[in-house]
Amino acid sequence: MFYDQEVADMEWLTEFPSLTRGELRGFRKSVDESFRSFTQEYGESLESFFDPLLNFLIWSEKVLLAAPWPVVILAIAALAFLGSHSWKIVFGVVASLLAIGYMGMWDDTMRTLSIITVCTIVAIAIGIPLGILMARSNRLQALITPILDIMQTMPSFVYLIPVVMLLGIGKVPGMIAVIIYALPPIVRLTNLGIRQVDAEVVEAANAFGCTAWQKLTNVQMPLALPSIFAGVNQTIMMALSMVVIASMIGVTGLGQPVLKAITNQYFSLGLLNGLAIVAIAIIFDRVSQRYGLRIQKHRQGGHHV
Amino acid sequence: MSETKIEIKGLTKVFGKNPKGMMKHVDAGISKEDLLEHHGHVLGLHDINMELHTRKIEVVMGLSGSGKSTLIRHINRLIEPTAGSISVDGEEVLKMNDAQLRRFRQEKTAMVFQKFALLPHRTIIDNVSFGLKVQGKEKGFIHDQAMHWLERVGLKGVEKHYPSQLSGGMQQRVGLARALSCDADILMMDEAFSALDPLIRSDMQDLLLELQEELHKTIVFITHDLDEALKIGDRIAILNGGRLVQHGSAQEILLNPADDYVERFVADVNRTRVLLAKSIMVDDKPEDQAQSVTVNEDETVDNVLHALLSEDGSYVIVEDDKGRKVGYIDKETLAETVFQAEQKSAA
Repeated sequence: MFYDQEVADMEWLTEFPSLTRGELRGFRKSVDESFRSFTQEYGESLESFFDPLLNFLIWSEKVLLAAPWPVVILAIAALAFLGSHSWKIVFGVVASLLAIGYMGMWDDTMRTLSIITVCTIVAIAIGIPLGILMARSNRLQALITPILDIMQTMPSFVYLIPVVMLLGIGKVPGMIAVIIYALPPIVRLTNLGIRQVDAEVVEAANAFGCTAWQKLTNVQMPLALPSIFAGVNQTIMMALSMVVIASMIGVTGLGQPVLKAITNQYFSLGLLNGLAIVAIAIIFDRVSQRYGLRIQKHRQGGHHV
Repeated sequence: MSETKIEIKGLTKVFGKNPKGMMKHVDAGISKEDLLEHHGHVLGLHDINMELHTRKIEVVMGLSGSGKSTLIRHINRLIEPTAGSISVDGEEVLKMNDAQLRRFRQEKTAMVFQKFALLPHRTIIDNVSFGLKVQGKEKGFIHDQAMHWLERVGLKGVEKHYPSQLSGGMQQRVGLARALSCDADILMMDEAFSALDPLIRSDMQDLLLELQEELHKTIVFITHDLDEALKIGDRIAILNGGRLVQHGSAQEILLNPADDYVERFVADVNRTRVLLAKSIMVDDKPEDQAQSVTVNEDETVDNVLHALLSEDGSYVIVEDDKGRKVGYIDKETLAETVFQAEQKSAA
């Protein structure tokens, strides 16, 4: 009797003082309902807001799918050469694309390529200006950094929920999910790159009376380019790694067969499509890294006359 | 007498979170150490008053932490002062708005940096063109100017190279050409030759003096090297702990050091190479002297001694540039000067 009394007194220590089940249900319900009514009211206008994005994606898919495969391979090989100036890399690109096509994954690969391209372009278009703004203001940096942390660590399934509620299943919500996930590195590395530019060179730009724009275009951006480029590379890799998850909400491409393989335990199907994703990733990575190295060849000291 | 190009009045700079709030302590004469220890602020410059003369090489000298780099950055307002004023050609630099300040920096001042601060991704010619490009000058003009100044600093033929392909001395020539091509009245050099090897440094000093003979710019030259200061400076300002201790010609500083600090600073200098005939000459002609030697008033004591000994004279007549007699030096004075110089150097 006495003992029970004591236990009852100490209950707040052993049991976490939480909201009751009813209160929690009410809280969740009110959040869900207000979001649902928001979706009903604005869903359609939001959808039309993203129309240009959708059209861009559909157009690039059509181009890649409609073009004869030799032309596509040639074009990609040419781009790889322009970027890397390395025949070894060009050979690897052509060989892996031929293997992908031979294994019957050509169409899916083209769809994945086009969504990666579109998402990367959008991420760069948003990320670089945002990174520049962040580099200019410590307060903005303090504000945006935690948001980027959330974007990178929040399980992607969680933000898929509101996106799907707002926009339904399909390409656009998939793209948005990919962009959210792929955006942080480019923002962070643009910010970092600009902040790391040699202070004396920036001072020289000021001393010669540069405007903020002249300073940005003549000094800060060119000197931050290697870092920005590392950001672009990372963004592409992040986008690729989201392909499978995005396929859960209707993004077509290499992710869908992987998803099918997971649910049906088709090991070889999963492995082949997974390898195709790896091949694309390596192509993007090697080409962009080589390009990054080439643009900063005058950075290192030493004489290369 | 020279006219004033840059006038600095009551310039004070406090670094820290609340510089303005520290002014009451600074005005009360708190020491740099106490301000740091009790208030967590750094006193960069304290109540600097100086006039920099037009078309002269004005050297600002001090050891690291003396505030010399902070001072030079106030002239073109790369650093905002906590108190005081700066005027250039009678125009208040602190009252300029952003656009006026940019114009001022483009047209009135040009700067050379200790670590060169060239653009590593641009060719040499593009680096030299930088200032003019910022000013929005016409392309052909920029190219001609840049080529002209590259040639003037002795760098013809490397215009297509990148900075990393050049040695330190050559890079600083590029820095100098970049500054000169702006055609600004004021050339600011922040420890411009400090990062260079002694021999190359000496070459650069000669180059600067040679250019100055022709260009007559107002040069503000920062250095921690006394020999450099004495070699190139028309006047020298000595900073210590953010305060201006003395400002005057090399002669004045050597002959009348303002305090112990300056005295210790100049102790190691070989005076006979710095002191000039005009600093030790007297008005009265020595009596009963037959054999005389004539020297220019700007000859160093070293050279006067050499002239006297080699021509076996008994006294020296000092002339100015126009050949007018301005004074005399007898053997005793000369001997005394050399002896004192030896003593001071030994001490």
